Amino acid sequence: MIISICQPYALCAWPFANFCFRRETKKVTTPILDMKGITKRFPNVVANENVDVELYPGEVLALLGENGAGKSTLMNVLAGMYRADAGEIFIRGKRVEIDSPRDAMRLGIGMIHQNFMLVDTMTVAENIILGLPDLPFVPNMVDVNGRIRQLSERYNLQVDPDSRIWQLSVGEQQRVEILKLIYRGAEILILDEPTAVLTPQEAKELNGILQQMTREGKSAIFITHKMEEVIAFSDWVRVLNKGRLVTVKQTNRTNPQELARLMVGRDVLFRLEKKDHDLGDVALELTDVSANNDKGLPALQGISFRIHSGEILGVAGVAGNGQKQLVEILTGLRNVSGGKIRIFNEDKTNKSPLEIINSGVSHIPADRIARGVAGDMSVANNLAMKCYRKPPLVRKGFLHPARILDLARRMIDLFSIDTPTPQTHAKFLSGGNIQKTILAREIDACRGLLIAAYPARGLDVGATEFVRKQMIAQSEAGTAILLVSEDLEELVGVADNIAVLFEGKVMGILPSNKADTEKLGMMMAGVKLEETTA
Amino acid sequence: MRIVFEKRKTLSRKAIFLVPLASFFISLILTAILLAIFKANPFVTFIAMFKGAFGSWPNFTETLVKATPLMLTGLGVLVAFRLKFWNIGAEGQLTLGGIAASWVVLFWTPFLPPWMVLPLAILVGMLAGAFWAGIPALLKVRLKVDEVLTTLMLNYVAILFAEHLYYGPWRDPKGFGFPGTPQFPDFTWLPRIAGRAHLGLIFALVLALVLWFVLNRTRWGFELQVIGNNPGAAQTQGIHIAKNIMTALLLAGALAGLAGVCEVTGISRRLQQGLSIGYGYTAIIVAWLAQLNPIATIIVALLIAALLVGGDQVQMMMGLPASMGLVLQGMLLFPMLAGSLFTEYRLRIIKTKLRDAQSG
Repeated sequence: MIISICQPYALCAWPFANFCFRRETKKVTTPILDMKGITKRFPNVVANENVDVELYPGEVLALLGENGAGKSTLMNVLAGMYRADAGEIFIRGKRVEIDSPRDAMRLGIGMIHQNFMLVDTMTVAENIILGLPDLPFVPNMVDVNGRIRQLSERYNLQVDPDSRIWQLSVGEQQRVEILKLIYRGAEILILDEPTAVLTPQEAKELNGILQQMTREGKSAIFITHKMEEVIAFSDWVRVLNKGRLVTVKQTNRTNPQELARLMVGRDVLFRLEKKDHDLGDVALELTDVSANNDKGLPALQGISFRIHSGEILGVAGVAGNGQKQLVEILTGLRNVSGGKIRIFNEDKTNKSPLEIINSGVSHIPADRIARGVAGDMSVANNLAMKCYRKPPLVRKGFLHPARILDLARRMIDLFSIDTPTPQTHAKFLSGGNIQKTILAREIDACRGLLIAAYPARGLDVGATEFVRKQMIAQSEAGTAILLVSEDLEELVGVADNIAVLFEGKVMGILPSNKADTEKLGMMMAGVKLEETTA
Repeated sequence: MRIVFEKRKTLSRKAIFLVPLASFFISLILTAILLAIFKANPFVTFIAMFKGAFGSWPNFTETLVKATPLMLTGLGVLVAFRLKFWNIGAEGQLTLGGIAASWVVLFWTPFLPPWMVLPLAILVGMLAGAFWAGIPALLKVRLKVDEVLTTLMLNYVAILFAEHLYYGPWRDPKGFGFPGTPQFPDFTWLPRIAGRAHLGLIFALVLALVLWFVLNRTRWGFELQVIGNNPGAAQTQGIHIAKNIMTALLLAGALAGLAGVCEVTGISRRLQQGLSIGYGYTAIIVAWLAQLNPIATIIVALLIAALLVGGDQVQMMMGLPASMGLVLQGMLLFPMLAGSLFTEYRLRIIKTKLRDAQSG
């Protein structure tokens, strides 16, 4: 059962499974780390509520949870980036106050962030000693290099101290980050989604490094939402959901299905009220499409699906499994490396954004600030940003401000955008109203196909419902919609069919009335649809 | 007690007018302090400066003479700055415009009907300026080369090239070794309208109005606005960023090039030393103080020109260094930049409560 799940990691999962019993045989009595009742609030959000963490020397703990479950916040509290509003932290049984990353480091806690904190143009050795508190004015680099070599041999972290960071692969850079922490005497290593940027081979090597470190008595906590990593890397797993600790499990006494269910946190998903309506012709068709990410590594592989007019296809998956690239190839922002994209029966493979817009495609971008609006332009101009090219807004290249204002007033009214005036700059609106502005513009200009990426992310309950109802209304009016979301409730509630992406591949497409959390959770963790029923 | 900056809910319209005005007065006060240190009476000095710039008709036309190239280069700089393309190469674009116009006048005159020489000189000068701005623009959109470096470096290339020409191959053989070309024939002079003030002033005023209209009321202006504001959104909406940067920079260079043409055909009537005296750099201050608004650019250029001319007068009449005008100019920019914060933020004073007494 388990073997069928972990695709690239399956082979490494079993050899390390026997480490899971190590702690019991060692009989260590004091935990190296004990976090009790940690609560951290942000304006309007409780990121962590009464969370406990316990870690013994030589253990690897996995923190599992969906996006926004509070994993990173919890670890940032431990690493001294945030201060908890309530709760206590004990290191080796002694209560401590951690006010800064420097405090954390002194206590032997080091964190490796998802985006590495290295200086590209400096050498490995220089990066490692950078910021050490007791550094002499001219450091003895021979000694430093010697010590680095000694440590990298001991922990199997091959990296040349004299090479410069920009020359290293991502996997090697991560090793530098680990060395940096070990050099400073870290006993507890925190890794924030360590394999997100790694190739499968590098991920395997990282696992080896972690095991070597735990053999030496160090401990590690890693944040993840990938099931196979939990199984392959960890001794214990703690599952967070919406800021609360849901469960603590010994890794070898649980299974991916159980973890998937706990991670999603709901057994039953509700569907929104939807009228039955007939589907039209195929609006969007992808045939064996593949594409690379910014680093030139494959991000999408062999994607094939079609969406009919009037249909909503949901795309589920944990963030970073190719959703971004999928949206970008469909809107002309990224080229495919293979396959065909047909929109309304015309070849639109690798066409420019303008050509795709002109064929009637609208796009609600995932990052509404970076791509959705121009903050220093008025709401009216933002609303006109898609149809300013065509009459009546423009004639012979000259804009018609009065008509732009008319259009804006109509849309502000229709979508109940809360703005003081149409001339107010968009950046002064709330997130929900910025999203409504984008939605109004894109829906108004849409001629048959809408690509919506996380349209309700970060919105409050009312705005979320508004956005979802608009999606449904548009599909009933005959628009084909591709809805990328990480909210399963939204997908099951809004979409007709759900496709699950995992590592750039479609794990399967199933009708949303046949989707349940366990099936979706397993597909999100890399199990093919036909295997979930086995 | 704590003082914090708080983001305003809406842009303050009042602040947009008050900040430049207030910064002008603050700069006057700062300069007054400086003048007092030099044991000069600030009031007398300021009045002398004002009189020097606006006090008489000849003085005023002299202010207009200085204002014209500032207006044209200021307009050029603002087009580029609207796209967040930091074009500090207006000086070089102006110089190359001057060189190209001189080339037409000096070498094409025998082959052309007289009435055609000046229009052609203007056209070629503008094209040369556009070309000079097009190089960094192309490097930027194709190879992502930083435009601050390339535009700045190309200034020196253009300035030294001009020097080479009027010290070397183009030098007037009858000029007693004076560094400059022979004087242009009189039918190629740009007509003067008052004193030394020439037709370039009319060009600048008309172009400012046209530019305002283009930037605010046309499809192309709208696209520039979106790109300058959020290139990510522009790309998403299918706006061709590279193409727009190219066209905008060609326009920016052409405007600066026109300034150069007007200087050589309207003022010096030859290519000589003194063409590149920093108009292109002052244009950056002009465009910035005008908050990238073409109409405001005209007014600010006039004001800055008044400071320059007034500074010269102060030197002659009071024995103070002429750079006092430049000092005032610099003093003007600092409060302005600091003040622009207040259009988006406001100060708020918060009385601290002993909230964190229990912690620690």
